[in-house]
Amino acid sequence: MTSRLMKSFTVAAFSIFSLFISSPSFAQEGHGENGAEKKKGFNAQEVIFGHILDGHDFHFLDIDHADGTKTVIGIPLPVILYSPQRGLDVFMSSKFEHGHKSYKGYRILEEHYLHELGQKGIDIKKESLSAGKIIPVDVNGNWDRSVKFYDISLTRNVVQMILALALLVWIMMTIAKRYQKGHGVKTAPTGMQNLLEPVVTFVRDEVAKPNLGDKWEKYLPYILTVFFFILINNLIGLVPGSANVTGNIAFTLILGLISFVVILVSSKKHYWGHIFNPPGMPMGVKLILVPVEFLSVFIKPMALIIRLFANMVAGHIIIICLISLIFIFAGLNTYAGWGTSLFSIPFTIFIYFIEILVAFIQAYVFAMLTAVFIGQAFEEVHHDDAHAAH
Amino acid sequence: MDFFLLETIGSVANAGGAIGAGLAAMGAGIGVGQIGKGAVEAIARQPEAINDIRSNMILTAALVEGVALFAVIVGFLAMVL
Repeated sequence: MTSRLMKSFTVAAFSIFSLFISSPSFAQEGHGENGAEKKKGFNAQEVIFGHILDGHDFHFLDIDHADGTKTVIGIPLPVILYSPQRGLDVFMSSKFEHGHKSYKGYRILEEHYLHELGQKGIDIKKESLSAGKIIPVDVNGNWDRSVKFYDISLTRNVVQMILALALLVWIMMTIAKRYQKGHGVKTAPTGMQNLLEPVVTFVRDEVAKPNLGDKWEKYLPYILTVFFFILINNLIGLVPGSANVTGNIAFTLILGLISFVVILVSSKKHYWGHIFNPPGMPMGVKLILVPVEFLSVFIKPMALIIRLFANMVAGHIIIICLISLIFIFAGLNTYAGWGTSLFSIPFTIFIYFIEILVAFIQAYVFAMLTAVFIGQAFEEVHHDDAHAAH
Repeated sequence: MDFFLLETIGSVANAGGAIGAGLAAMGAGIGVGQIGKGAVEAIARQPEAINDIRSNMILTAALVEGVALFAVIVGFLAMVL
């Protein structure tokens, strides 16, 4: 019964998602008339940041035609903007036509328009404007600074997270149902159970039990959730054209914050006593050690956040840079481009394999370090000579 | 003279970021090399512990790479900010 519920939930999620996939969007861009000063080359920075950062559409391909126009193939996503002055606006991001038109008083920034704004005297860095951001415009098309709005759109990252969530919930619930019915408990496991059982057993026996002692059952659901959610988002992010979810500092920040809250909630007085009064240390050492120990309470989750973010974003940047090398050299000389691809493509495939390994390793390291910190937080008194005071 | 200095400040930030990332790569290379050295020597001493040693090596390498990547992120921030 619940597996039918799960199935209908997945069908509903996918159909709502596909409702928003109207058709591949085709935008004709012609910069011939006023593009005299604009470099019509391959802009590697634009490509890299377009892939790393969040966006209001899934962007797959740009096809440049001989007459200077460009066809963009992608999936537009809903833009949801709420402004106290203008109210709620919901529309598809295809209405922006990739930055060439303003719609309902809003406009999405792209390189050409940013250049125009820069020429009008607006300091792009100071106002933290970047490609892909939405700004409110007035009737003349100028940036209207008086309008405050909240961008709560369904961006790439959000859609991919929902997809990963639906996939994860569906896989886990079907397998749990089968175990509940008795398959794979007294008999050999079949099908997907074979895939998940070693992984879950590994997390339980190598990560949870050694670090969490006899309270492992309480924390295992959280550790498993963190592990599988990071893993599945890492793996989907490796597919070309997908969103970079785990390489987004906001995503890892929230994961780190949740882990931090779990660590704080499970901390005991013994833990804080050791931080503010480390046993067996002379007074001078204690003066230095106490601030360091207190800071490390915050630095450890920060390290978790930045480690995951940096590993994922570095991997994505390497892959995109290697492929961009081909196009950069092709801009100089077509044959140089072909020659570079001979070297670049095998190397990219090699880096892809490393990135798959890194996807697993980073999920494992995040889960394991969370378990270690939680275990440290509720560690009870151990009986050895250094703790004569207890 | 001042105008010339202003022009180069931007590129000094980029150069600083790139040099920082290069130093971090050096540190990562030395660190992970030492991990590999310790792991291979341990395997040579006791070949039957190879599975434990391999998993510990990969875990430690991931942690050391994390530190190197912090420095890369700082170098990147120096360029962007």
